[in-house]
Amino acid sequence: MSDFFTMSILVATVASGIRLATPYLLAGLGETVGQKSGVLNLGVDGVMQLSAFFAYWTVLETDNLFLGSIVGVVVGIVMGVVYAVVTVVFQAQQGISGIGIFLFGLGFSDLMFRRQVGTPRPANQLPELPIPILSDIPVVGEALFEHSALTYLAFAMVPLLAFMLRSTTFGMNIRAVGENPQAADSLGVSVAWTRTFAILIGNAMAGLAGAALVLELGIFQPNLTAGLGFIAVALVYFGAWRPAGVMSGALLYGLVAAVVLQWKAQGIIPRGASDIAAMAPAVLTILALVILAGRVQAPSALTRPFSRH
Amino acid sequence: MKRLLGASVPLLAALVAFLFGAIMLLAIGASPWEGLKALLDGAFGSGDRLAATAIKATPLVLVGAGITIAFRTSVVNIGGEGQIVAGALLSTSVALAVPDLPVIILVPLVLLAGLVGGAILGAIPGALKAYASVNEILSTIMLNIVMVQLMNYLLRGPLIDPLEVEAGTRIPQTERLSDNASLPNIVPGVRLHLGVLIAVLAAIAVYILLWRTPLGFRLRAVGHSPDAAKAAGINVKANVTTALALSGSLGGLAGAILVFGSEGQRMVTDGSSAGFTGSAGFNGIVAALFGNLHPLWTIPSSFLFGALLTGATNLQRVLQVPAPIAIAINGIVVVFVVSSGRLREKIDRMVEARAELDKPSAPNKPSSAQASGAEA
Repeated sequence: MSDFFTMSILVATVASGIRLATPYLLAGLGETVGQKSGVLNLGVDGVMQLSAFFAYWTVLETDNLFLGSIVGVVVGIVMGVVYAVVTVVFQAQQGISGIGIFLFGLGFSDLMFRRQVGTPRPANQLPELPIPILSDIPVVGEALFEHSALTYLAFAMVPLLAFMLRSTTFGMNIRAVGENPQAADSLGVSVAWTRTFAILIGNAMAGLAGAALVLELGIFQPNLTAGLGFIAVALVYFGAWRPAGVMSGALLYGLVAAVVLQWKAQGIIPRGASDIAAMAPAVLTILALVILAGRVQAPSALTRPFSRH
Repeated sequence: MKRLLGASVPLLAALVAFLFGAIMLLAIGASPWEGLKALLDGAFGSGDRLAATAIKATPLVLVGAGITIAFRTSVVNIGGEGQIVAGALLSTSVALAVPDLPVIILVPLVLLAGLVGGAILGAIPGALKAYASVNEILSTIMLNIVMVQLMNYLLRGPLIDPLEVEAGTRIPQTERLSDNASLPNIVPGVRLHLGVLIAVLAAIAVYILLWRTPLGFRLRAVGHSPDAAKAAGINVKANVTTALALSGSLGGLAGAILVFGSEGQRMVTDGSSAGFTGSAGFNGIVAALFGNLHPLWTIPSSFLFGALLTGATNLQRVLQVPAPIAIAINGIVVVFVVSSGRLREKIDRMVEARAELDKPSAPNKPSSAQASGAEA
């Protein structure tokens, strides 16, 4: 245990925690935007698996990490269009249709992987991009400023999305259709289009989250996410529908995972205990839901389809 | 006529899903026609294959019938995977603890343990929803993740086959469980075990429970309108907990049947829940939706999806099309069935009732006017 509390290992653990937080953060932020508009998307996990596969495949074939990330986003947007048609046009029940999207993503990514790749082969991984000057700061520099481009992007999205939701017309429209679609509609805001754009943003970010996950690992396997996308959905409740809150949750989960990995690597905890420790995110989420229930207010129109007549 | 149109909705959804299946086959360079033939042949081609289809359908019937209990009470149960694992673990533990009991006692005992394990895992999110307003969609999904890890821990550690430890291979599986707990075959010479019959009887029992008993009446009353049910003196919280416990218990029973109807007569994990459950916890939702959330229709509906699963295995064998195509098709079926009108009305009503559940007080809330406006 004493070996854990050396500076270099602590710094490495924090750095790895931030890295592990990235897919949670990207997916959770995207889900926040969707839920703010009144749309629950339970399909995030499936979208992440699809985009992870296609990003991985792209990098495998082209060695182009940028292209891989873009492909991840595009896959997310395509699934977003599907989900918008299902929930906005057909007004289907959101929880269940999300499970449909999840199953499709789980099955189709597995199908494509087995057919097109077969055995897992390593692909290029996202390189670390140390930020000049900042990364030279002792201790903090290594922990915070030596990450991949997608990690920086994820954390940069936090203030950007907070500003977008709070202060822009589009952001206010999103909140309006999530709180009281009838009122928003009567003021001339298109509920359908606002929700559609919110869904597309959310899915694009879920797509990027899938790309970030797989390109950080450099390898794909079926069911790569192992429920990560579902936890990202719960993070939104955890973070009380605020980007900064989602970020705290994502960091907490990332750090817990990093500590467990580190302890496992050092043999501080036995093999079996790491299975128990892997329950932590899900157990934490349930506890958080119990504590937060009644204290935080979900968007009033969350999961409620809107129709005018 | 309207009724006829309504009934054709799932068939239309199935048709569309198969169309997408055909597109997927074309996309990976396989012939859809050959694919369909392989699928049908694999599912129905011989007596053994029919039996395999029925075996695959068994957990779907149970989970699906359980889902209908939850839905009719206006709660959502996405925890099938975890409930299956919970039932399997508890029943496995019982079989390990008292392996020498006679068949006539041990078989019912392990099935009962399965029911109890699943019921516990259903009651937790049920009570959390009823008494702490915790969203059950999220809590059931989280419990799925918890149970996978618990299964991995137990099968790699405390419950691992001592032979695996001795040999050093450490495959995460239990020892071969007592033959006295094995589900007997119901048709001589065919691998068709008692579990199939139990599943069908359970679905019928769910039908009787929901429409022929006072408890079922109360559950459906809560499902229809929690506020009205409360006004009529029904304990809404207790009924919500009961609904999820009952729903979970059937998943748990499916778990026990998966273990004691398996060829290996043991529980084994590959690290994921799907490795043990075959994703029955999710596929059961598909079967229930396709069966219009009616426990009896869940039986033929599950048979259909069981056929898709066994057919897909054959697809892989004959055309080298990976079997997960079945899961992808299931996803498309869900999306289409949920998008279709008839079921939507029913689910919309449930969504409204759920909103009432989430806001226990405030009888004249503004959103109720809104809701009725949206319904009209």
